[in-house]
Amino acid sequence: MSASPATRKRSIDAEAQPPRLLGSLSRWIALCLIVVVTIVFFSVATEDWFTIVNFTLIAAIASLGLNILSGYAGQVSLGMAFFMSIGAYTAAVLGGTPPTTPLDPLGLGLSFLIWLPASGIVAALVGALVGPTALRLKGFYLGIVTLALVFIGNYIFMNARGVSGGPQGRTFPVPAIGDFSFDQQNTILGITLTSGQQFFLLILPVLVLSALFAGNVMRSRAGRAFKAVRDNEVGATVMGVNLFETKMGAFILSSFLAGIAGALFASFSRYVIPNYWSLALSIEFVAAIIVGGIASIWGSILGAAFVFGLPLVIDQFSLLPVGSSSGGLSSGDLNALIYGVLIIAFLLFEPGGVIGLARRGQALLRKRNSHGGEGGEAAEITDLPSSAGTYVDMENPAVTKGEET
Amino acid sequence: MAYFIQLVFAGIALGCIYALIGLGFTIIFKASEVINFAQGSLLLVGAYIVSAGVYEWHLPFLLALLLGIIITSCIGLLFERFALRRMIGRPVFSILMITIGLDIVLRTLVIARWGSNPIPAATPFQFTSGFTIGGVHFGADELWTIIVTVLVCAALYYFFRFTKYGLAMRATAIDQEAALAMGINIRTVYALAWGISAAIATVGGIFLAINVVAIDPTLGNIALFAFPAIILGGIDSVSGAVVGGIIIGLAVVVTAGYESHFANILGAGFHEIAPYLLMILVLLIRPYGIFGTRKVERI
Repeated sequence: MSASPATRKRSIDAEAQPPRLLGSLSRWIALCLIVVVTIVFFSVATEDWFTIVNFTLIAAIASLGLNILSGYAGQVSLGMAFFMSIGAYTAAVLGGTPPTTPLDPLGLGLSFLIWLPASGIVAALVGALVGPTALRLKGFYLGIVTLALVFIGNYIFMNARGVSGGPQGRTFPVPAIGDFSFDQQNTILGITLTSGQQFFLLILPVLVLSALFAGNVMRSRAGRAFKAVRDNEVGATVMGVNLFETKMGAFILSSFLAGIAGALFASFSRYVIPNYWSLALSIEFVAAIIVGGIASIWGSILGAAFVFGLPLVIDQFSLLPVGSSSGGLSSGDLNALIYGVLIIAFLLFEPGGVIGLARRGQALLRKRNSHGGEGGEAAEITDLPSSAGTYVDMENPAVTKGEET
Repeated sequence: MAYFIQLVFAGIALGCIYALIGLGFTIIFKASEVINFAQGSLLLVGAYIVSAGVYEWHLPFLLALLLGIIITSCIGLLFERFALRRMIGRPVFSILMITIGLDIVLRTLVIARWGSNPIPAATPFQFTSGFTIGGVHFGADELWTIIVTVLVCAALYYFFRFTKYGLAMRATAIDQEAALAMGINIRTVYALAWGISAAIATVGGIFLAINVVAIDPTLGNIALFAFPAIILGGIDSVSGAVVGGIIIGLAVVVTAGYESHFANILGAGFHEIAPYLLMILVLLIRPYGIFGTRKVERI
């Protein structure tokens, strides 16, 4: 199947710009704002807020990974939880404290400078191992096989006590620089940093680097190949794109980011049971990229904030009346209900997610501004992601379907 | 030997449940090439309504069943009409995700209404009843599962073979444009597919609930075992769903029955992934399944 005209037009739009780290003035202003907000947050936030934000940033890394695979390269995956667990347990084995009794799970006690990159690399290797089998399949089949991976992973880690601690779980290593362990308050260069702040200083750069890397890859030849494969496999092949290599590239990149995110998550949580890496977790990432914005870097981050950050915020402020007549709907369930509805609504009305909405708003503003002045911008407006084209054939389903075979 | 026969019998009964769930997937896929990830939640909603009908609203079982079927069918029809019909021509990813969206919404609504704690499954017969021959116990619930599955299959066979709408659905599945040219209303076909499939999901849900004695919101996840079943049988084959379901049911129950002998190699819970391993094997060797149509890709 081909992508909707809306997504295709948008990707052409993005192509028009050369690879860059930063762009126009408005981008500089936005960047400065973000930096200021981050600094203000860093200096005033409480430890609880650091917990919420750190978890959200970690989720954003994994969402970014999924967006590369599903949003840019168009390959359905429900296997994020599996690759995250691979990363987490790699970190656990490499960085965990060496066992003192034979019953303790394995641990080599290495530095986080080793286990953090290794968690991504091992997850990527597993991705490379599974990829050739999984990527022979398309669409729904790929979705079902990646779903099977999650169950197989759960089974393996439930039984591999040495690695995962068995059903009751295990502790995960905490990053440490010299004697400064991130789970304690440390004074570095006269500044006292809490545990949350130290993790923040580790996680944020990882996310920023991943986002910059992903953003620039997507504007490169490889990224254009991803989009070509997503939009039309046959067309991409004809243009000289190697289907297998491209899909594998997306799969490996996505697994790498998932592995890093898994390791960070487990490390920040300190204790995880194997059942945590469930299908529900995978689906939450899918929800994140749809709500935030398919094939968008900022979309991945916003989506993660919505799907993973919001329930934590709700819990933090106990916004939900406890024991009310709502039949015991937890913050997670309430949030699931909201993003479930949003998935349906966004897919129907704005496949670009929140980012798509923002782009639409921006375009509307530009249109209004250009009305009084010169008509120079009018040409750009025809390039807008408009969903109108998507619905043209809706009343005549058979015709559209027929064209695709 | 009696143990083995007992396992085979239980496996066939469980397989019938997977077959019922698988039929739901297959019918929708044949009509519209959509895999409905919300099937598990439709099943959940159906099972909860029937159970609530019997224990909360004190309806007779058959009336509760009818109510369950009507409500799930309505959900299916509305979703098809107002969501999926607008998604035609969109990427597979979007279509798959919108059904996942429905799945999430239905499941959380069930939790909102009935909570997360298990409630008793509605049943028209005694759990403990049944009879024993030569050391093999034939439970009433298992026998009923098999009987009802056979009846549903017979009804579907009759419907697809002899009725106007059944023929229309088959024609649409074979060649949509030709069917359209012959005056078949494709919208009716889509609507029928969703209605029938939701109704079968309810029936499957009741037996699944009876099988595990109580219903809780995770029941929908068991529907995921129907994926290996339909892939084994061939995703676009109705008879394949039944055969695949029974094979998967047997695989689950027989591995569960014997895995304790191999606990030092296999560990616990191997029967939970046996269907998926079987599925991956099938996908590697024969991706279109036992009865499925082999697709030729044009380049």
